[in-house]
Amino acid sequence: MDSEIEKMTYEQAVFELEMTVKALENGSVSLDESVKLYQRGVRLSNRCAELLADAENKVSILTQTQGNNLAEKPFSPGREVPESEVPFE
Amino acid sequence: MNAVVSVEELNRYVNQLISNDSELRIVRVRGEISNYKRYPSGHAYFQLKDTRAQVSCVMFKGQFSQVAFQPADGQNVILQARAGIYEQDGRFQLVVYTIQQDGIGDLFRRFELLKNKLKEMGLFDEERKRPLPLLPKRIGVITSPKGAVISDIIHVLSRRFPGFDLVLFPSAVQGASAANELINGIKYFNSAKIADVIIIARGGGSIEDLWCFNDERLALSIADSEIPIISAVGHETDFTICDFVADYRAPTPSAAAEIVMPDKSLLAQDVIRLTNAFRVAHDRTIRDKYSRLNQLMHHRSLSAPKAFIDMQSQRIDYISQKLESSFNRLISSRSDKYSILIEKLRALDPDSILSRGYAYLTNPQREIIDTTTKAISEPIWNVHMKDGTITVRINEHSPDYSNEE
Repeated sequence: MDSEIEKMTYEQAVFELEMTVKALENGSVSLDESVKLYQRGVRLSNRCAELLADAENKVSILTQTQGNNLAEKPFSPGREVPESEVPFE
Repeated sequence: MNAVVSVEELNRYVNQLISNDSELRIVRVRGEISNYKRYPSGHAYFQLKDTRAQVSCVMFKGQFSQVAFQPADGQNVILQARAGIYEQDGRFQLVVYTIQQDGIGDLFRRFELLKNKLKEMGLFDEERKRPLPLLPKRIGVITSPKGAVISDIIHVLSRRFPGFDLVLFPSAVQGASAANELINGIKYFNSAKIADVIIIARGGGSIEDLWCFNDERLALSIADSEIPIISAVGHETDFTICDFVADYRAPTPSAAAEIVMPDKSLLAQDVIRLTNAFRVAHDRTIRDKYSRLNQLMHHRSLSAPKAFIDMQSQRIDYISQKLESSFNRLISSRSDKYSILIEKLRALDPDSILSRGYAYLTNPQREIIDTTTKAISEPIWNVHMKDGTITVRINEHSPDYSNEE
């Protein structure tokens, strides 16, 4: 169950959290169920928080390597790109 | 000008008069090039003429980087220039900024033809537009690696969602090879599946500059893409075929970055609000169960457990009130950074139920007692609380007990 939540997109996690709130508000859940819903809801909420957590920006550029494949390299727009790194110009 | 003036003064005065005229500061003129001469200095001099008139033109060396073709006598062109007087000989002249070949009428006709054709094929239909992801994991951008467009996009993304992930497919955005390179970019992102949304972007330009975005094959590969595509080509007033086929049209590259990525702090507020609602709903569920149990206890005249329940109910009321007001404070203080909010979220713990004053009942086999029927059939209850478990022996069930439900 955990790994399933860990793979969720933000949309999925928020949607499920909304559904969990609705299920709880519905009132007809057993104590067992409500504890389970609570635990799942907390994990969903944590998943959302994780997706919004602080992280470094990642910016990369696709460049042509030998054998006509494309490889990713870090890119910063201020830097003038050497001609050899621009595959299609 | 009543005083006698020198020729130089006269020419300068007239030149200033012309230079200060806002209509003449940037003027677009259509005509044919004749007597074209480029000097060793790099400057070019020529006449622009039509059937009835001609005007002298000069184009300075530095402007040639803006010209996409080799000017020559006999060419029909449109040039952008400012008007002025060459003060040394009093000659009226145009100082040219850019020259374009005059095929614009033809381009517009071809644009309309292709637009109508693709429209009839249904490529512009709203039904076939793919929705954009709310929070893309990775944004694919197809544009030039040089220039302001990519840095504008990165700047906006950094502001809206620190920690974004972008991969750039470098492509020419004007000229003969541009359409092919743009198509390669779309195909690459689709086959490698390394982005969940694509932005095709270019800064403003003339209709000739933007012409590669009116390519029929480009339109078809946009339509074929499984990844949703945002088109951000030129300024707000420029429309290309690419804009019509794409799933979303952004007026500028910066606007595309605004559209593709939500504001992180607003999302954090949403999660807080939802988590709050979730906890309130959960507390209410638990409280309802207690109050039902409380009723039962009251009827049964079990005074000791009743006192315990009363105390717990009061604590629950107190805690949920406190919880609500602290969350409301959290939400209303807009200055809170989302990271602070997220820390609070992380503090939520499923095991904290008991520590917040709740308890639950089991029989000695540790099966949960959550209904009155179960309760009345069990002579021994284990009451689980935050610091341990106590065992209650039920000596007497009232004979007139009936399940209230």
